[in-house]
Amino acid sequence: MDEIRYVAASGAIGAGVHEPSLMQALELKPHFIASDAGTTDAGPFALGSGKTAFSREAVLRDTDIVLRAARKASIPVLIGSVGTAGADAHVDWMLDIVREIAADRGISLRVAVIRSEQDKGYLHELNAEGRILALDPAPPFDDATIDRSSHIVGMMGVEPLQAALEAGADLVIAGRCSDPALYAALPILRGFPPGLAWHAGKVAECGTLACETMGKGVIFATVRQDEAVIRPVGDGLRCTPQSIAAHSLYENADPYLHKECSGALDLTHSCYEQADEISVRITGSEFPAADRYTVKLEGAELAGYQSLIIGGVRDPYIIMQLDEWLSQITAYIKKGVTELLKAKPDEYTLVFHVYGRDAVMGVLEPRRSELPHEVGIVVEATAATQALATAIIQYCRQPLLHAPIPQWKGAITGFACLHNPAEIERGPVWRFNLNHVAVPHSSSEMFRMEMLTVGEALECVS
Amino acid sequence: MRQLKDIASLIRSKNAGPFVLTFDIMFSSDEDYEIVARSGALSREMFAALYKQPVEKVRLFACPNARAFKFSIPRPLTQGDLGDGDMHGGQQSSPLMYVEIP
Repeated sequence: MDEIRYVAASGAIGAGVHEPSLMQALELKPHFIASDAGTTDAGPFALGSGKTAFSREAVLRDTDIVLRAARKASIPVLIGSVGTAGADAHVDWMLDIVREIAADRGISLRVAVIRSEQDKGYLHELNAEGRILALDPAPPFDDATIDRSSHIVGMMGVEPLQAALEAGADLVIAGRCSDPALYAALPILRGFPPGLAWHAGKVAECGTLACETMGKGVIFATVRQDEAVIRPVGDGLRCTPQSIAAHSLYENADPYLHKECSGALDLTHSCYEQADEISVRITGSEFPAADRYTVKLEGAELAGYQSLIIGGVRDPYIIMQLDEWLSQITAYIKKGVTELLKAKPDEYTLVFHVYGRDAVMGVLEPRRSELPHEVGIVVEATAATQALATAIIQYCRQPLLHAPIPQWKGAITGFACLHNPAEIERGPVWRFNLNHVAVPHSSSEMFRMEMLTVGEALECVS
Repeated sequence: MRQLKDIASLIRSKNAGPFVLTFDIMFSSDEDYEIVARSGALSREMFAALYKQPVEKVRLFACPNARAFKFSIPRPLTQGDLGDGDMHGGQQSSPLMYVEIP
């Protein structure tokens, strides 16, 4: 085998796979199709709650398209970080979707399910052995962090995916997974250089985001012993050396070094050349192996239940003394909550997001002192129960409305509520609580693979 | 004097995972990239002052083959934690627009 070819179907299953481009890419004879289906980008909700960012309908549609294309070409499909966060609940959700597709289409699939949610007892043991290490920056971590987490997942590399492919899977449903690993697994298994395999995967994993201008389509990649070639398939799509080089910056702290379980993709010496009108040739990428195998952990815990109130201020006298006005209101609220609701200050969190001043940038805002003519304020109360959060936010309304300022004599109404009732209940909210790696005893012990036959074939296919 | 927004083709920010913010400054020609590179205006010290960060927390990368510069800093608040106002980290780059390029 002198090259491995594959299709990256989408930047995310559920965001919309462009079927005509995928079908067109089949003419280039790929060896597999892959796509990731998750990210932390949307926030901690999916990992914390076990729910998903994309709808079941959207994921079913995209998965159906990809499975039909793969069946037509008789090649396997890998889908990673399923259900947004890749916890066991998300894997089960995805497996249920695949069962429905198999039943509807009357097909039978050999499905490798790889779970990456971590058992808390196992993590306690690793921690006791000093095998959980902080990345920089990392939140504080101890055994209690493990216990507080609703879900902790480990991000798998190529090894579990390779085991699934070697076991003959038609479809690999992977829990939390390094996105480029989905694409690097087979080329590395077949003996192609890890640097080129990982780099091609890194470019392919965001779909057409690596093109000069974004558009509908898929990315087709070819990995050889001495080069990787990235080619977009879709109307008007084009990759250039600059667009491919620039892609390695996106959502990465370091544009040259990308850490994975078994090593790090090093782009310091990568070269990019226009291979044809729309394709780019990559050479020189390296993947030095790590001294020890590490697995990145992601965890989320309940931050509490939240209620909020949205409103605005237009009075220039209030706006010119906004800090004093808000601290006066805060003091009033804290006293009232202690006396009337019997909640201690450490039992809830009150946050004022002041739009028009620094709500978007917070402490990074350099123009905080410039006075706008109007500000929007979102007041958030977060507490251990929804009832307490709502009681606190309901208590906030009166002081917001009527806190006095020295410039006006007599009662004022200084806060414009947007809604009635003024409060909105948000339900549970979550926070990410880990930026750590685990050092397992082996590359396989954190991931559990199961081979299933899903669906019954209604027709004989040869 | 020209400002960065007059030369760059894209100035953007984004989360790099839940704990890091990253800022990309990109150019549409090698000439524009070189003008800014030679000016020395983009430095860790400049960024640290503009964003009120300790200079040792600021990482700066020059990427000539991407015609880009990149800054990365720890997020002041973890993505989505109580008080965070920018879930995707996408609206943190505007102050860079007005950096003067001599």
